[in-house]
This record gives sequence, C-alpha cells and structure tokens, in this order.
Amino acid sequence: MDSVHESRFVYVTFIRTTPERLWAALTDPVFIKRYWFGMHVETEWTAGSPWTLTFADGRVADAGEIVEVDPPRRIVIRWRNEWKPEMKAEGYSRCTMDLEELDGAVKLTLTHGIERAGSTFIEAVSGGWPKILSNLKSLLETGEVVLKP
Amino acid sequence: MFRALADPNRRELLDRLHHRNGQTLAALCAGLAMSRQAVTKHLGILEGAHLVTTRREGREKLHFINPVPIYAIADRWIGKFERSRLAALADLKRTLEGDEHG
Repeated sequence: MDSVHESRFVYVTFIRTTPERLWAALTDPVFIKRYWFGMHVETEWTAGSPWTLTFADGRVADAGEIVEVDPPRRIVIRWRNEWKPEMKAEGYSRCTMDLEELDGAVKLTLTHGIERAGSTFIEAVSGGWPKILSNLKSLLETGEVVLKP
Repeated sequence: MFRALADPNRRELLDRLHHRNGQTLAALCAGLAMSRQAVTKHLGILEGAHLVTTRREGREKLHFINPVPIYAIADRWIGKFERSRLAALADLKRTLEGDEHG
C-alpha cells in the first residue's frame, strides 16, 4: 500500500509446474541465474541465515537475511539495497514469496514492501520483478527464458 | 486479459492503482463517476484476468495492480520479434561475408 507509512506491491503469476519444482527454482543459485539476469544468490535458506544478491561481476547488489522458510510454501527475506546510497538509506524491506497449488499450476504471490512512503527502492524493484517472474514462468514451462541478461 | 483491458473504466481503475497501489474499494470509488456496484463488477473482471490481486488485511480488502500478465504478453511478442531480428542480422552477416551456405 502506498500510504503515509508504507510502500508495497503484490505480484501474482500462475506457473504450470509443481510447488516442489517452483521451490527448487526459487532456491537453486544455478537456476536463479538463468531467469534473474545472471544475478547470483548466496544463502543457506534457513531462518536467520544471511542472504546476498550479487551482480555477475561480483559486486553486492542487495543483502539481508532469511526471516522465514517453509518449503515448499513460503520464503520471507529481510532485504536491503547495498549499492545505491539513497536506496540503502531507506533501510530494510521485506520480500515474501508464497506458493499455492491450484489445479495443476502454482500460484506464486510476491509481496515486496518497506515501511516508508514513496520508497525509491520499492519503485525500482517493482519494475524489475515482472521481468524476473515472466522469465521464471517461461523457463519452468518451456525450458527457455525470453529475456536474456 | 485483452477483454479486461478493452474497457476504459477498467483502465482507469488500473491507472488509479498504478498511481496509488493497495487501495480499498471505498478509496477506489472516491471521485469516480461509476457506482460502487459498477466498480465492484469491474474489479471482479480485472481480478479474473489476474490484472488486479487482492489482500485481506484486518477488515480491509486491499487491491493491487498486477502487471505480470502484461509482461508475459510483451515477452511473447517482443521476444518473437527480437528472434526474427536476430535471424535477419545473421542472414545479413552471412550475405556480407559471402558465406552463402552459412
């Protein structure tokens, strides 16, 4: 909600796959690289473990920690931008991925928000996520991504 | 999805959510010429097309714009055109380099 104290978006995509396969796609760094424009994710995927997202050249883009993991249903990440000072200054955001099986497909709901109005960071990621989710859907359903890095 | 986007009232609702995401029905109705009933109907169609998604928070139901299906369509067509453009460039390269058997 873009209110006086919060910026948030909720994206939904339906992917013809199983929750287990989607879970693997969301947590396997080799697979992530294929739909996330070459980004590298490093974490143990356990509650409390550090989480980092690095560019292909090794610079840290975002970092934080895993808040909640419930395979194959839910991941919550405490997430802060690390490479743009004005976005880093906004502090930590919260990204939640919910997986729900529905008629041979999985509904993936991605909620990403921060407790501040008019967040530049949330605006920036809100433009990136649809491309990533679209690539993820395409990769799981057809074995190929449409948008390359 | 195209049928959902074809209606100007529904596009206006999407514009309003794009401008301010996560609104209640009452907030969306404010300042619109449409009746609350009409807004509810249009939101139902947008939700059915997955262009709008809702979250219940306490007693409030919040509406969020979901652009993912629009990207999927863009991917489908732009991806296709990009592939044909790449094929055309490959043909041009072969022709210019004189490799007819490419």
